[in-house]
Amino acid sequence: MSPARTLVMDVTADVWTALGTVRDPELDRPITDLKFVSEVSTEDGHVRVRLRLPTYFCAPNFAYLMVDDARRAIAGLPGVTGVEVVLEDHFASDEINHGVAAGEGFEAAFDGLAAGELGGLRRVFLRKGYVAAQERMCAGLADPDVRLGDVPDSPAKEAFLLRRAELGLDCAPDSYVLADPDGEHVPAGRATRYLRFARTVRISMESNEEYCRGLLRTRYEEKP
Amino acid sequence: MYEKDGTSYYIVDGHVHFWNAAADNRNRFGEGFIECFYGYHSSLSPEEWLWSKDKFDRYTEQDMIHDLFEVGYADKAIFQPTYLKDFFPGGFNTIEQNAEIAARHPDRFVVNGAFDPRDGELGLRRLEEDHRRHGIKGVKLYTAEWKGSSRGYKLSDAWALRYLEKCQELGITNIHVHKGPTIWPLDRDAFDVKDIDVAATEFPGLNFIVEHCGLPRLDDFCWIATQEPNVLGGLAVAIPFIHSRPRYFAKVIGELLFWLGEDRITFASDYAIWQPKWLVEKFVDFQIPEDMQGEYGQLTTDIKRKILGLNAARLYDLKVPDELRAVGDGSGTVASPEAAVGPA
Repeated sequence: MSPARTLVMDVTADVWTALGTVRDPELDRPITDLKFVSEVSTEDGHVRVRLRLPTYFCAPNFAYLMVDDARRAIAGLPGVTGVEVVLEDHFASDEINHGVAAGEGFEAAFDGLAAGELGGLRRVFLRKGYVAAQERMCAGLADPDVRLGDVPDSPAKEAFLLRRAELGLDCAPDSYVLADPDGEHVPAGRATRYLRFARTVRISMESNEEYCRGLLRTRYEEKP
Repeated sequence: MYEKDGTSYYIVDGHVHFWNAAADNRNRFGEGFIECFYGYHSSLSPEEWLWSKDKFDRYTEQDMIHDLFEVGYADKAIFQPTYLKDFFPGGFNTIEQNAEIAARHPDRFVVNGAFDPRDGELGLRRLEEDHRRHGIKGVKLYTAEWKGSSRGYKLSDAWALRYLEKCQELGITNIHVHKGPTIWPLDRDAFDVKDIDVAATEFPGLNFIVEHCGLPRLDDFCWIATQEPNVLGGLAVAIPFIHSRPRYFAKVIGELLFWLGEDRITFASDYAIWQPKWLVEKFVDFQIPEDMQGEYGQLTTDIKRKILGLNAARLYDLKVPDELRAVGDGSGTVASPEAAVGPA
């Protein structure tokens, strides 16, 4: 295999890896895992990515975040000289694709329809994702005052720690596992109720994900 | 009425449509909208209940009567008008059209109205007129409806509260709220149900039936419903999981029963997205899987009776034959029609 060919393959593989770090903010799952990435192509360092969503009317704010996050994740990769991320088959494809390419932000892309950028929205869902990951890790937890360092390593713990760090919360081994999304320790007296609601958050996100996967499958893979 | 194993159920389908999404009544957004509906239909219906896209765009009145009442088991079905005139120039399904159909089939339908707070004073007069002409006891609101450059509204907006005040004054006690993917401003979560919390606190005499049980925000919905006794969940969109994702359905219904209780959940098919016949049959046959019963308990006959019809009958003051009632029926904490027509 020629050196040039190897380089192209490396870039494509790197792009897929980078896209795997981009999550649907609402579902808290990688867009690659959700099959939202329909194509990656590279030519002389120029990367083109096609994205697709479960419906024509998926919420435009989350769609914008995914397109923008995808572009950012790829832009810094070695060997990449240009990035084009295109969302297809969506009512706001034009606004989103142009907005992200121009890098002027959400409010400019939806002139007059938005009152700000999407940081606040992202944070709301980061908090939900954190709580859901916490509940997953804490299933069957006997002692509500357990510390992070006491919990054995597992994929669930890793996912939880990632979200905890993204929220800027204490991840030291002696910090309490049961900290709410503001970082406040949930005392033993409130732990049961806290985790009960966390379970509802998790189920809400999981059933939403099931819905989206089914709709995407129907839209693109098993057209009736 | 539906009967299975010697037990009978009074059935109210809380959310049905007779829509016109034909090619001559839609623009590209309307086309995307009905494609989206068709995706829901195709994704979660059993194969034998799948329609062609053409039929789905524009089915006949006979189809509807056949599906709901002849092969279906509904005693009553509630028309929920949805205008969407920015997508479907002649309206997706309007109160006038629904009222005509209802008049041709006496005692089959409840005709609900609709309002849009962005219509201002004019819309308030129209609401009064709809109440006078059709005797509406409920309205369907679609907060993501586009209107010119607007992409939606919230129930906590000043004008929305004025409309709700008018509903209270007129005795329109059932406010069906349907969230969608857009709202103003677009940078916020359009599916957020907190505005319903504000409205429900402000108007304890009105019932707020949140369609889809707040999905995709089941958690936020359950949270506000625990605090507002006049908030209910409509099962449209959630209940079709019963066929292809029964364990997810068990979790969703389990969560709803845990947080809201059995008196505040109402059955709905969202016809013609789904056919009520199979939904009713499968729901009556359904049980929480054994390994989840420790957490959620079981669905009893009374719970099923309440969800399938008795809860909606209470909201709309429908006469239910004595033998179809459930133990403790009517003991729920939702606002009664009387509560809303008291002194303003």
